[in-house]
Amino acid sequence: MAILIDSTTRVLVTGITGRIGSFHAQDMIKHGTNVVGGVTPGKGGTTHLDLPVFNTVKGAVAETGADLVVSFVPPPFAADSIMEAADAGIKTCVCIADGIPAQDMIQVKRYMRRYKEDRRMRLIGPNCAGIITPGQAFAGLMPPSIYKPGRVGIVGRSGTLGYEAASQMSERGIGVSSSIGIGGDPINGSSFKDILELFENDVETDAVVLVGEIGGPQEAEAAEYIRDHMSKPVAAYIAGLSAPKGRRMGHAGAIVSAFGESAQEKVDILKEAGVTIVPTPSSFGEVVAKMVA
Amino acid sequence: MDIHEYQAKEMLRRFGVSTPRGGIAYSPEQAVYRCSELSGDKWVVKAQIHSGARGKAGGVRICASEEEVADAAQWMLGRRLVTHQTGPQGKLVNRLYVEEATNIAQEIYLGFVMDRKLERVVVVASAQGGMEIEEISANEPDSLIRSVVDPAVGMQNFQAREIAFQLGLDPALIPAAVKTIIGCYRLMSETDANMVEINPLVVTQGNEIVALDAKLAFDDNALFRHPDISELRDKSQEDPRETYAGDRGLNYIGLDGRIGCIVNGAGLAMATLDMIKMAGGEPANFLDVGGGASPERVLMSFKAVLNDRNVEGILVNIFAGINRCDWIAEGVIRAVKELDLQMPLVVRLSGTNVAEGRKLIADSGLDIITASTLAEAAEKVVGAWKTAHMKEAS
Repeated sequence: MAILIDSTTRVLVTGITGRIGSFHAQDMIKHGTNVVGGVTPGKGGTTHLDLPVFNTVKGAVAETGADLVVSFVPPPFAADSIMEAADAGIKTCVCIADGIPAQDMIQVKRYMRRYKEDRRMRLIGPNCAGIITPGQAFAGLMPPSIYKPGRVGIVGRSGTLGYEAASQMSERGIGVSSSIGIGGDPINGSSFKDILELFENDVETDAVVLVGEIGGPQEAEAAEYIRDHMSKPVAAYIAGLSAPKGRRMGHAGAIVSAFGESAQEKVDILKEAGVTIVPTPSSFGEVVAKMVA
Repeated sequence: MDIHEYQAKEMLRRFGVSTPRGGIAYSPEQAVYRCSELSGDKWVVKAQIHSGARGKAGGVRICASEEEVADAAQWMLGRRLVTHQTGPQGKLVNRLYVEEATNIAQEIYLGFVMDRKLERVVVVASAQGGMEIEEISANEPDSLIRSVVDPAVGMQNFQAREIAFQLGLDPALIPAAVKTIIGCYRLMSETDANMVEINPLVVTQGNEIVALDAKLAFDDNALFRHPDISELRDKSQEDPRETYAGDRGLNYIGLDGRIGCIVNGAGLAMATLDMIKMAGGEPANFLDVGGGASPERVLMSFKAVLNDRNVEGILVNIFAGINRCDWIAEGVIRAVKELDLQMPLVVRLSGTNVAEGRKLIADSGLDIITASTLAEAAEKVVGAWKTAHMKEAS
C-alpha cells in the first residue's frame, strides 16, 4: 500500500446519517473505498446507504473490524468523536470538522497519549480534506478524479492547494502514491514531519510534495527532519508570502505570531534543508516533473 | 475575538484578580463624574480600543484635576488612535475607562498563551514588565520565566508559587501572586481564551498586587458555548468591510489593494493573493467562499468584495472539489448582471463540472475574461486593471 489507506482498509464513517457525512460516504463507496458501516448515536440497528449503523464506535469495531474512522461530526462534538475512536482501538482517524475549539484539541492530544505507542491512534486533521490513495480508496471530501495513481506523495494543510498540486501533476502524467491533508488548525493530529516519516519508509513513494503555509512551527520541524533523515527528494510550496503579520488568513492556524512563521522564513528554512522550492502555485507540475525526471 | 480593557478587568475580578477601581465614560462629563465617584486626587483616563500600545498614541493620560480629566476625555473621544497594531486607519475611541491612579513599586509581565509546538498552555512571566513581550524577549531574554500546564489536571498551585518566587517577590506577596496567576489560568480555561496578558501586573507602594492593564483574546471557534462573551463584541473596532462580510457568513479579510478576490479554500486564497502580488498588483481582500458554494453565495461574495470602494478589478479563482464549477459560473453571471459590474473580471475555473462552467460563461456573452491557470488569471486581472486604470487617467 502507499500510506494510511488502501483498498483493504475497513472504513467507518461517524456522522454517516448527516447530510454531509452521507454525501461523502456515497462518493467514497463509489470510488472503491471499503466502507463497512457508520456511527450515529441513537440510530444503531438501522441501515443507511445499505450499511449497518451503530450507536458507538466500539460496537461498530466489534461487528465490522473497522480500522479507520472518518469523522463528519460537526465541530462542537468532533473532539468527543475523536476520543471515542481512540478509545475503541481505531488505527487512523481522519477528522474533517473545521472549527473545533483549540482547548478541545489540547484535550484530545493529551487524551491520545493515554495509550501506549503501539496502539495509539493516528489522527489526521482536523479541518482537512482527508486522505487518498488514488485508484484504491479515500476518506474525506476530495475529488478523487483529479488524482492519478503513481509514486509521488503529497502532504498539505490546504485542501484546494493540494488539488492544485495533484491536478498539475496529473496533466504531466505524474501520479500520486497517497495524498494526506493535515489540516489548517493551530493544534492538529499529525504534523508534516509525522507524514514525511511515513512517506520516507514507504516503498511505493519516490518523492514528496509538501504544501505549507504561514503560521506555526511545523514546516521548520519538517525541514529539520528532511535535512537529517530523508533520502527521498522533497519539493515544497508555502502560501501566504503577501499575508500581513498578525492577521488570521482563513485557517485558524494561518497566523504569523513568532519568528520563523512567515512564508519567507519558512521558504528559507526549507531551502537550507535541501528542499526544492515551488515558487508559485502554478508551478507544481513543472517543479515536480523536474524533480522526478 | 478581542474585548476592551475594562471588560477584561471585569472578567478578571470575577476570577479573583485585583484591579484598580474604575468606571466607564462616554463623555467628558461622565469622565469627571467617575472621578468624584472614585474620589482621590489622581486618575488615569484610558481610551478603550482593541489595540495595545495606546500610551504612545496618546490614549492613556494621568490627570491630577477634574479639568485635566475633562480635557483628556475631550481629546480622546471621537478620535482615531493609530498604533503599530491598528494599521494606518487607526481605531475609533468611543468609550473611556477612568481609573484611580496607582503608585507603582514594581512592574511585572504575565502572559498565558497556547504554545503550538507543545500543544499546551504556557505561562510566561518576567520581572521586567511594562515593555512589550517582544522587547522583553529581545532585550532581557534571561528574565523570562516559562511554565507549561498539563491539560489533564490544569495549573497547579506549586507552579504558580514557583513563578512567584522566581519573580523575586516579597514572601508576604506570594499568596496574592498565586491567587492572581491561578485566577488568570482559570479564566483562560473556563472562557476558552486564546491569550491572557497582564502587562503590567504591578506591585503597588502599598504592597498589593494589581492588574494595571489586561488584554484578553477569545477563540472564535468556541464562542458558541460562551454567548455572554459573544455579546461583548464591539463592531466599531472592526474593519466595516469585514463586519459586512462576516455577518453574511463569509470568511473575508480586508487588505489595502485594488484587486478583489473570490476564492475557495483558505490555502488557495492565500496563494491567489501571492500571485496577484507577483504579477504586480495589490489584493484588496482575502475571501474564502467555502465548499459547496451556491450561486447565491457567489453573488453575496461579489457584494462583499464590491462593498470596498477601492476595488477596481476582480479575480474569481475556484478549484472545485465539493464545489461545482457550473454553480459558480451561474453565480458569477448573476452577479455581473444584477450588480451591473463595470470593472475587469477574470474567472478561472478548475475541477468538478469545469466544462459546463466554462460553457455557461462563454455563452453568457458577458465581458468576462477567462483563464485556465492561476498564474494566467493573476496576470490577466492585473493587466486588465492597469489598462482600465490608464484609460481613466487619460
